[in-house]
Amino acid sequence: MKEKNDYEHSKRYGMVIDLDKCTGCGSCMIGCYTENNVPFKADETNKLDSINWIQVYKLTNGKPYPETEISYLPMPCMQCDGEGKLGHSPCVSVCPAVATDYDYSTGIVSQIYTRCFGCRYCMAACPYHARKFNWWDPVWPADMEKYLSPDVSPRMRGVVEKCSFCFHRYQLARNKAYYENRQTEELGEDEYQTACAEACPTGAITFGDLNNKSHAVYQLKNSPNAFRLLERLETNPKVYYLSSKKWVRRQGDNYLANEEPGLIKKIDKQHH
Amino acid sequence: MNETPLIPAGVKRCSKWQFSLWMGAVTAVLIWGIYAMFLIWYKGLNQTNMNDAYGFALWIWADLAVIALGGGAFFSGFLTYIIGKDDLKNIINFAVIIGFICYSSALLILAIDIGQPLRGWFIFWHANVHSMLTEVAFCLSCYFAVLTIEFIPLILENPRLAKKPFLHHLSHNMHGVMAVFAATGVFLSFFHQGSLGGVAGVLYGRPFAYREHVFIWPWTFFLFTWSAAACGPCFTILVTWMTEKITRKKLVKQEVIWLFAKISGWMIITYITAKTIDTLYWALVTAPSKGFTLMDFYSSPTYNIGLLFIEIVLCGFVPGLILITRRGRENSFFLMSAVILAVIGVSLNRWVMVLQVMAVPLFSFNDWYTYMPSWQEVATTVLPVAYGLIVISLAYRYLPVFPQEQELNPID
Amino acid sequence: MFPFCFEWAWDMSHMVFMGGLWYALSIIGAGLTFAIVKSIMDMKSHDEKDHGHH
Repeated sequence: MKEKNDYEHSKRYGMVIDLDKCTGCGSCMIGCYTENNVPFKADETNKLDSINWIQVYKLTNGKPYPETEISYLPMPCMQCDGEGKLGHSPCVSVCPAVATDYDYSTGIVSQIYTRCFGCRYCMAACPYHARKFNWWDPVWPADMEKYLSPDVSPRMRGVVEKCSFCFHRYQLARNKAYYENRQTEELGEDEYQTACAEACPTGAITFGDLNNKSHAVYQLKNSPNAFRLLERLETNPKVYYLSSKKWVRRQGDNYLANEEPGLIKKIDKQHH
Repeated sequence: MNETPLIPAGVKRCSKWQFSLWMGAVTAVLIWGIYAMFLIWYKGLNQTNMNDAYGFALWIWADLAVIALGGGAFFSGFLTYIIGKDDLKNIINFAVIIGFICYSSALLILAIDIGQPLRGWFIFWHANVHSMLTEVAFCLSCYFAVLTIEFIPLILENPRLAKKPFLHHLSHNMHGVMAVFAATGVFLSFFHQGSLGGVAGVLYGRPFAYREHVFIWPWTFFLFTWSAAACGPCFTILVTWMTEKITRKKLVKQEVIWLFAKISGWMIITYITAKTIDTLYWALVTAPSKGFTLMDFYSSPTYNIGLLFIEIVLCGFVPGLILITRRGRENSFFLMSAVILAVIGVSLNRWVMVLQVMAVPLFSFNDWYTYMPSWQEVATTVLPVAYGLIVISLAYRYLPVFPQEQELNPID
Repeated sequence: MFPFCFEWAWDMSHMVFMGGLWYALSIIGAGLTFAIVKSIMDMKSHDEKDHGHH
């Protein structure tokens, strides 16, 4: 909170997810579960109290056969820059105990599990339902505990958790650069990748620094097919989506009957 | 040596047996609530029916509602000590007791509601001054301290306690500086009632709750303070009326009630007018700018547009208009109807600003979220009611709560 | 809450918020202290008066 905001010059890690490539296989979710020691229940029927840091949604155009079209939409934490892009993400500004913070050097919204006391105000504030509460003690089947990642601390009952853009991988990459006597601030695009991006079999997820012209996400986010979820709320997410289908882009936000998604965006841009 | 009686002189109270029977019944409910409370503390919040979409639910509503209803304490303090409405001295003791019950209940519910109760102190120690919830926690705790200070002199007026010279002087001296505490209480109340409104109003990711700002405060900040000051007195009047019915005695002169009701009526009318303007601006400007129409927020069978009518017209303008007219408030049926409607209205407002906020889907591919509280949540919400009844019963029996009781009920 | 907590900053938000808090707490504390000290003094002078009468 105390750090200065240098929006244009600091790193802003983000994601571009190509929905035309997403098959809805769920590999990103599995990759995330194993990478981040995400606990699961014996019975996962009720999706509203299961924990996942990235969740695949199914969208349909609502038309009857043969015009039915579907699209899958993986939704991690959007790592919002917040209103006015000042780091006032919806969740960060409301947390009463500074248990979630916006890192100005990477744009990543952190969650400090040992600081969180479980008031769930951040969950109420997040329009993406990216934040999950530990309703139960995390329990893994017998031997699975031995396979937990030592780089990510498992969470206790009664706290909120969410996607961290695999921040531990960023730290490991920086450590490696330091030991190799390189600049820790200048990591290569492939040195820091999230588990979901690596797990995706169709390469639908691209991850990198949105401010770095040499990173793929820099170009991808400027595609005419790019959109962000609930952009009109001014949360300024750092996760972009690509879809060639207009109805998919329309479902990414809310529009009045007479509004056209593309047009609204232009007006917003002029406005800013 | 004869021991001083515990019951204040000059008033009549029911027999020990009758009192014990009543207390036994209420205590049974209390124990049910305490059992549920320990179950939640021991097993965790999986004992509730909350989920990741409904992180705020029955408890947060109960918190907001009891604090709004307990608003009678700060507002009567403001009117008595700062504006100088001396007549209200005859009801302020009771308003303070009701406030004390409401605020202690709110703190207890918050302690049950958090996932890591042992870390509850983090909200003070690691305070994020930008969070409305931090403001709530600080002002709530401080104001609870003020209410305790306001309650203590009354407790010390119990005949047996008043025999101790130090306690007698303390009661007298605390009364002497009460205006200072009352003023501090008003200051703290303004901010915590307001910040409770801010809790929902700042959620710019939730267009149903989000409101435009004045400096850092969303409109709901002012509306919550205003509505608590408006409807809190109605709750004080309601509980006084219930106490009178149960004890079968007139305890406060009707003129005092009418004065309180009249002030409350004008507060309700001005509040609900402001609320109407707020709602119109939100429906016509704020929500459409985010791609929502008013009816998008009221398209569920549970949360339909009827709620808005009930809140603003039936439980807003109607009680307000009754209370500001002499003939309305001086007719006991209309008075009590208005008071009950106002209490329902403010509770409904808090419900909507917590539970409907959670229920509204933000994506067209999501449906309305539903929630039904578990028995543990219900029991822990009933717990404060039982606790409140016990505190009121004890206070009424052993303390000179109503200064006019003796005059209105002379003992031959 | 205190300047030695690491998230503390000497910025406007902290000054206003914590200023208000500590101000309110001081008034409450001062009021209570006054009432208690005065009661002790009253009690003592009362005792002396009582002794004086005997």
